[in-house]
Amino acid sequence: MNMKTKRVDLLIIGGGPAGLAAACAAREAGVTNLLILEREDALGGILRQCIHNGFGLHTFQEELTGPEYAARYIARVQELGIPYECGAMVISLSPERRAVYVSRTEGIVAVEAGAVILAMGCRERPRGALGTPGWRCAGIFTAGTAQKLVNLEGRMPGKRVVILGSGDIGLIMARRMTFSGAKVLACVEIMPYSSGLKRNIVQCLDDYGIPLLFNHTVVDIHGRERLTGVTIAEVDGKKRPIPGTEQEIACDTLLLSVGLIPENELSAMAGVALSPATGGPVVDETLATNVPGIFSCGNVLHVHDLVDFVSAEAARAGEMAARFLSGEKTAGERIPLIAGNGVSALVPEVLSKRPEADVTFMFRPRAVYRNARIAVFRGGKQLAVKRARILAPGEMAEITVKQDAFCESEGELTVSVEEVGA
Amino acid sequence: MLYDVILIGGGVVGCATARELARYSLSVALLEKTEDICNGQSKANTAIVHGGYDAAPGSNKAKFNVRGNAMFERIAEELSVPFSRNGSLVVSFEESGIPALLALKQRGEANGVKGLSILGREALLAREPNLNPAAQAALDVPSGGIVCPYELTIAYAENAAQNGVTFFRDAPVTAVSRNADGTFLVSSPAGEFASRAVVNCAGVHSAELNNMVSEEKHSITARRGEYYIVDKAYRDAFHSTIFQLPTAMGKGVLIAPTVDGTILIGPTADDIPDKDDTRTTAEGLARVLSRAKLSWPGLPARAFITTYAGVRAHAETDDFILGEPADAPLFFNALGVESPGLSAAPALGEFLAQSVAERLGTAPNPAFDPIRPGIPKFRDMTDAERAEIIARDPEYAKIVCRCELVTEAEIRASIRRPVGARTVDGIKRRTRAGMGRCQAGFCLPRTLELLAEELAASPLSITKCGGESRYLESNLFSGKAGE
Repeated sequence: MNMKTKRVDLLIIGGGPAGLAAACAAREAGVTNLLILEREDALGGILRQCIHNGFGLHTFQEELTGPEYAARYIARVQELGIPYECGAMVISLSPERRAVYVSRTEGIVAVEAGAVILAMGCRERPRGALGTPGWRCAGIFTAGTAQKLVNLEGRMPGKRVVILGSGDIGLIMARRMTFSGAKVLACVEIMPYSSGLKRNIVQCLDDYGIPLLFNHTVVDIHGRERLTGVTIAEVDGKKRPIPGTEQEIACDTLLLSVGLIPENELSAMAGVALSPATGGPVVDETLATNVPGIFSCGNVLHVHDLVDFVSAEAARAGEMAARFLSGEKTAGERIPLIAGNGVSALVPEVLSKRPEADVTFMFRPRAVYRNARIAVFRGGKQLAVKRARILAPGEMAEITVKQDAFCESEGELTVSVEEVGA
Repeated sequence: MLYDVILIGGGVVGCATARELARYSLSVALLEKTEDICNGQSKANTAIVHGGYDAAPGSNKAKFNVRGNAMFERIAEELSVPFSRNGSLVVSFEESGIPALLALKQRGEANGVKGLSILGREALLAREPNLNPAAQAALDVPSGGIVCPYELTIAYAENAAQNGVTFFRDAPVTAVSRNADGTFLVSSPAGEFASRAVVNCAGVHSAELNNMVSEEKHSITARRGEYYIVDKAYRDAFHSTIFQLPTAMGKGVLIAPTVDGTILIGPTADDIPDKDDTRTTAEGLARVLSRAKLSWPGLPARAFITTYAGVRAHAETDDFILGEPADAPLFFNALGVESPGLSAAPALGEFLAQSVAERLGTAPNPAFDPIRPGIPKFRDMTDAERAEIIARDPEYAKIVCRCELVTEAEIRASIRRPVGARTVDGIKRRTRAGMGRCQAGFCLPRTLELLAEELAASPLSITKCGGESRYLESNLFSGKAGE
């Protein structure tokens, strides 16, 4: 049987916030033959189930819910006449930018694309990846799965809840489960700080009297069939449970908010180099991967704190893909960057020899830093410096280097953080 | 009704025996304690088809392992079950272990294992570059293989059902006694069953059943093993199954590639008082990791997608106890079937069925069809095959499990088949939906809906694995569609 084959200038894999913003920007930059493929039944990605507000303060200067935020971009996609397919999942991608997708309406379709933007988002780390011992019973959900059940399907997974990990989805779900009639008994975080946003800790835990236990984790899971309780314990500096600190909490639900993993199986198939630091593709300042014509943005590139930042990054990916398609030379020789003291998940991780614009570096601080100085050095020369009152792993940090600065320097580039005192 | 044969236990031995009994003109029923077949040690083991070098020559373990191993190509083909003869390597990390490797080789040869040889360090490391370079030598067992244990068990059950065997699930046997006419009365909350013969394949609980009918008392120790599963991204890390040569320090753990591309690491071996205690423990899992690093020093810390524990049925004789006790004619035991039980299962099924048929004096079943077509797997198809199957069945275009590329067509088929799935775990074992790297994070809500739809039940009633293992507590809105 002959497979249907399409040719497009730009293929955008994923119709969540990244894919939508990338598509709009590419269309506005003059790309007319483009296509968004979304595996779910509707555009919007994870925002569809994020019915809380707090989205859009940067992008729209107003506070929107997730579905409202997505709707603005979806409306724009429709206004611009950008073609999209829902229920269409890309199952392979080659370095030559040939994708194959399976669609509910079209069956198996091949797409030959001039450029590709990877915008597949991320998935949640499951219990199995943590190796939490105990029974493998019902009642253990990732926070996002519970969010989908509650917000999209109106199904309550349980009534007495413990949350392991303090990622943003876990914090948001602590509040949602409370609103929906459950008792959230505790949020347990193995680190001495939260990986979630400060505002979510205040608005989702503190406001409802939900205790947040730092340096604690779940060490045992009880219940042969349905969860009946968890044992939590305090951990030492090496994250090892401290004997004697165990306490059992009777609960029927355990929600996990223990990390997000960029979904890069397709990227790997296409030969895209992945970064152990971010879990996403290694990109340069144009969001180009090592494979010519393949760009990446959003949570598939690195996990963001705010959708507003995803949109901004994705719009740049759209513009850069448009430039690539117009034949402008993009990827030349690239130099690796060094994530220095206190810096992890640095994006971009490589840089063109001569960047054509100012470059903003984003990263996650490795720990909590007070009165910190963020600096970019090249060959001993300081290219940029910035002070921050507080830095924490839960909030992405950034620093911008002016284009001129790159021209006047040579050698290795390092981004680092240090405390400088008050 | 009076059945000719009642099988107790829906693990791989019970289901294989059921299928082999279907070759005869006999009425056969299988009683399974839990909500699904393949729910005990058959689902949680190493998934290895052992070569047969390990068991003592002359033992049932040796005999049935070697015979079972040789049957796997045919069984896998007839039942559409993935099987691969990837070979096993028993590795010694010390030069002083080489005599022990030679002894294993001799034992294997005495057991009739073909093709055994000793691999030197260089050849070994060339074949398995991720193996600890401290490895000195290995016993190469080319007949070693891997199989999907749940797919095998379920395929046996489906083929048995196709050929007329009746399955009762949620049917724990509470008593076995004899009627005045010598027939058996098997009691269970699911009903009373009468039969001419009984086959006891009740795994860790098999001694309890034997002891109900025979004065030849046995005891079974439950031995728990804990395991990790490594993400498919590492599928090429090892080709053969890597055993560690047992030393004074212990039996070691193995690195076992699976037919699905993941890698199993384990097991521990701890005797436990509660025979159904399949908990994992922090201490056990830590032991697995520290021992696995001897074989695979580069084992990546973030590579795991899940952990599990299985309980194996260890008999005091350290061997399979098979056949009729002297004082219990027509009560056939399969006791103490622990490793290499999976490897031996095809041979055990054949032997038990033949023993029963001989004693009952029966004719072959002319209608027996040995072929069980598998559920066509979207993930294993070429794009052309995918296009073709979607043209025939559009539900193949609806991917439910992203990680393992399982479609709605496959999930529905797994529910509709004979002895079909009724739980989320049942779907998982029949299709792999939810077994991938996200561990059902994305597909669980849809799987719940599909089960509810197919079983004409409320999603609130759908369970993970029967009993009280429901996922959902209540509806947030009254009058939700479908309730």
